[in-house]
Parts: sequence; C-alpha cells; structure tokens
Amino acid sequence: MTKTSNPIRRAFLRGGLAASGAALAAAAARAAPDPAITDLDLQPWTQFVGDGVDARPYGMPSPHEAHVVRRNVPWLTADPVSSVNFTPLHELDGFITPNGLCFERHHGGVAEVDPSLWRLMINGLVERPMVFTLADLNRFPRVSVPFFLECAANSGMEWRGAQLNGVQYTHGMIHNCVYSGVRLRDVLGEAGLKGTAKWLLPEGGDAAGMTRSVPLDKALDDCLIATHMNGERLRPEQGYPARLVVPGWEGNMWVKWLRRIEVGDKPWHHREETSKYTDLMADGKARRFTWEMDVKSVVTNPSPQAPITHGKGHTVITGVAWSGRGTVREVHVTTDGGRNWHQARVDGFTTPKSMHRFYYAFDWDGAPLLLQSRAVDSQGHLQPTKEQLRKVRGVNSIYHNNGIQTWAVNAEGEAENVEIS
Amino acid sequence: MSKFPEAALAALLGAGLVTPALSDGFGLGRQALQEEIAAWDIDVRPDGTGLPEGSGDVLTGEELFADQCASCHGDFGEGVDRWPVLAGGQGTLADDRPVKTIGSYWPYLSTVYDYINRAMPFGYAQSLAPDEVYAITAYLLYMNDVVENDAFVLSHENFSDVRLPNEQNFFADPRPDIPSVAETAPCMTDCKDAPQITMRARILDVTPEAEDDATAGISVE
Repeated sequence: MTKTSNPIRRAFLRGGLAASGAALAAAAARAAPDPAITDLDLQPWTQFVGDGVDARPYGMPSPHEAHVVRRNVPWLTADPVSSVNFTPLHELDGFITPNGLCFERHHGGVAEVDPSLWRLMINGLVERPMVFTLADLNRFPRVSVPFFLECAANSGMEWRGAQLNGVQYTHGMIHNCVYSGVRLRDVLGEAGLKGTAKWLLPEGGDAAGMTRSVPLDKALDDCLIATHMNGERLRPEQGYPARLVVPGWEGNMWVKWLRRIEVGDKPWHHREETSKYTDLMADGKARRFTWEMDVKSVVTNPSPQAPITHGKGHTVITGVAWSGRGTVREVHVTTDGGRNWHQARVDGFTTPKSMHRFYYAFDWDGAPLLLQSRAVDSQGHLQPTKEQLRKVRGVNSIYHNNGIQTWAVNAEGEAENVEIS
Repeated sequence: MSKFPEAALAALLGAGLVTPALSDGFGLGRQALQEEIAAWDIDVRPDGTGLPEGSGDVLTGEELFADQCASCHGDFGEGVDRWPVLAGGQGTLADDRPVKTIGSYWPYLSTVYDYINRAMPFGYAQSLAPDEVYAITAYLLYMNDVVENDAFVLSHENFSDVRLPNEQNFFADPRPDIPSVAETAPCMTDCKDAPQITMRARILDVTPEAEDDATAGISVE
C-alpha cells in the first residue's frame, strides 16, 4: 500500500496526525478476531437454508425491527377510537413512509369498507348528480404523485414549550406517500359544475361522517381521489378504498373512506373547521380556513429516541423537511444552537408538497450539541423559531406549529427535547 | 368553447363568468336517484340549508341528553375524563387555559345540529330522529345560557334566528404572518450569543413509557 489511489487511505493521510482519536481507533486492527466473522455458530443463516418463497405471502419487516411501530400518547385523547398515533420518523430513511407506519388519526375508528358496497356520490350544484362505483373510478385517467400529509396539530403539544421527548411524538403526525388515483376535476366534470359552484363538501363514510369545506379552486387545481398509496391499495386506516388527497393542506381535509362530495356556493362551517382546526390567538379571536402547511423541518437522527451511540468522530445528522407551498429550496443545520448554520445536503427527489430528506455530516468532538434544522421553501419562506410564532400567535392555537426544533445532545450522545434562548 | 381566443376565455374565467374548464366527460358513472341523494345528503349549513322539518324542546332534550350523551359529556356538558366539554367557558378564550365549548367558541348552531345528526351518539351514529336532534340542540343552547327559558322549542322554522355568541370572533387566515427569508436573508455565521437551555421536556415528564404517565400534558383535543 504505497500508492494513495485508495480514497479512504488518501483521506486518512490527508488527516495525518491531526485525525481524531476515533478515526484512528476505527482504522486500527482489533486485538482479537471478531466472532461475528469467525464463529459460524453465530450465523446459522450462513449454514442452513431458510424459508422458501411462500412462507410470507405478504412480507413483513425483520423481527429485529419489531420496535419500529406507530405509537400513541394515551393522555392526549379520551379514547383510542378518536385519537392519533405517530410515525416513527427516527427509524426511517429516504422520503417515503412505509404504509404500515403512516400515522393514523380517526374520529370514529377505522371504517372497514367493503369495496363492492362502496359508492361515490356527487350532488349539489351540478348539472347531473352522479354515483360512481370503484370500477367506474378506476377508469378515469390515473396519475401517481408523492405528497406529504401532515396533521395540522403536528407539534401542537409543543406550543407552551418542550413537552415530549421523541421526534415520533413531536413531529410524527406526518407521512409521505406516492398516491395513485384520479384527478378530482375529472370526476367533477362527469357531473358538470353549475356556474354558482364555489365550494365542495367531501364526506367520509366512517362513523364520524367526516366533512370539510374545500374551495373549488383547490379542488380543480391538484386534488386527487386516491385508491393506492405506495403502489398498493390504501390501507383501511388510511381510507380504503378511496380518500381525498389535498396536496400541501392540513391532513384533516384529506377525507378518508370518501363517499360523497357535495358542491355548494358557500362553506359549511362544520365541526372540524370551527370547533377544531381553527387557530385561537392570544386575544381570544380565532383564525379559520388555515389550510396550507407551512415550511418545516426536523432533525430525526440524532433525537431522544435515537441517540448517537458511536462516540466522537464522523457523525451524520439527518432529518426531513417539507412545505405545503412548494418544494424545499434549502435546509440549514446548526450544532451550536443557531450561532452558526451549515448547508445540509438535500437528497433524492425534490417535488412540490412532498417530504425531502437532508443530511449534514461533521466530525463530532464529543462536546455537547444544540442541534436544529431550518428549511427555506421555493416561495422563500424561512422556517420560523418557536418564539417568533408565539409572539404573533400566542400559545393556545394548537395547530400549524412549524417552529424550529432543538435537541440538546450530551457528551454521551443522548438527545433531549429542549428550548433555548 | 374553442371559438374563444385564449385571452378572452381567461378573462371570463377570471371574472367568474364561466365554470372553469373541466373534461368533456368519459361517460363514467350513472345519474343519482333522488331517493339516493335524500338518503346520504344530510349536511346542514349556517343559513339553515339542509335542515329537516321537525322540532324539539329543552326538557325533552335534557332527558335525551341524560340517556344518550351524559356518560361522556357529563350531565351538564362538563365533559367526563377527556371527552369534550360542551357548556360553559364563556369569557375564557383569552385566558391561559381557554375552555372551548359550543357556547364559548362554536360560531354557528348549524354545526351543532349537523354534527350530532351525523356522528352522535358516539358509536351509534345517525340513529337519532330529527325531533331528537332538535331537542338535544335546544338543551345545549339552554346549558350554554343562549336560551334561558326551559320551555324553549327549537325547530326548522326558528333555527336560523338563533346566533351563538362567538360568531364574530373568527377571521380569515392572515398568513404569512412571520417575516420570510425573501425580506431578510437568513444569517449563517455568528448569528447570536451563546444560547442557554431554557426548558427541558424531561422536567414535564409526559412522554409515553416515562415512569409517570401524568395527565399534565397539553392535549390536542
């Protein structure tokens, strides 16, 4: 090894004697052989054949990943049938959320719809009120697009300050899937909109009869009726067999188990857009129809559920970013609580209203860190601090908290949810 | 519409004079029957559109509420455990801990009728007759001091005369409400003094799997 063509060796030489102790330790040989390499008894999979092709007709993750599950915060709500659980963001990579890990929010439990009995009705201010079966729906021109779905209440428990120790709980009311389905405007076209049409009321077939008022412009712009997520049929808990997709807008509007769309000339002001999903300001007045989910990002690793376990040395910080108003233009990461910011590398596809993955690598010296990320979207909006938000909105608005998250990492690599000056 | 020059069409669209262009149709689906629409079209709007004929009084509503609603919402709408509080809370919206109820927060009575009719009682949705929904709605008005006479009868005829006290306190989304990067380029170096930790989640200790699963947390419900 006298040449320096090996990039690892080259980097090592460049670092020279100034290279960190961790790097040197990593490069040094072990004193004794690693039994994971030398002891065949530890690797039965190497010696004995495993299950055949039909052992798992629908494949599941390795049993070693059994801890990677959605989790609930029991004290949040009165009953699990009208509650929420959270996506384990700290266990994921890339920008697509696996279907079985997409957070759930139900208002009357999961509707287990028989697709042969599913119907979609379009009525109201239309030329011809219509009924479609699932087979009818599938014959419209089909499209597939990735979109994030974020609950308006994501990070809602953090308005008064750091409360939950885990990115799953602070930011896990989001998922990002490729939706396949049909354009809402094509389906509405079959009914023919009357000139006075201005609003839609999508309605779910669940026991909560979920309804939201959606302005017609949005419906005709980019809304879909989705039948598939990430290539397979919608999961029951995500609205099987059909749900509304309202890209970039709060998740509550993405009505699941969609069964009817009424066309009207005014909004309906139903429960989920009056008593809920309105943002109460400090003066007692409330904002309504706050639909777009603003630019937001969070470091997923390290985080309280995912500490740094390797000690000092080369360290990769990663996280996710998104904006309901477009793409994410850039993400910045700080390790010193916002004194200095660094450009993170945004990886993978950049498409509007979809999650983006970012990475920032640095040589950790083992000193405590105050980690944050902040995103800038394609409209130029910069993710605000929590203090900026509180100054304008108070602490009782519950929804639309897109503030910058801080994790304090100690010398052992353990991360904690904190707020800083 | 192809005979319109594009600019003229855009002008008409902008002026709201024509319906935005939709597909010419695929010949999919079938026309809905009036009976089908009647079976599913149950929504109610603030102007009373969608209300069925019927009526109910406060005292009948009180009995129905005790039987069908109080196990979760409490006899006086005070809410059991974390089930929603339905009454009281007037004047608390600017407080540290606002109490958002039908009387203190909800802008429109139609929302009350619509939601009870479509989703209540919880676990047995769409089981109440119109007269029962009117009666329960009347009782909720009484519990919230919007009506003070327990002989009050709510019906499709007087429904739209009732106004909830907080109707005027909602306003349209004013965002963006935070300065954006377009106005001030974000600082990248030496942006502030060394920050201090001002709050730690572990002090509150409400994370699931923590030893003390307290109810001190701030609920989203």
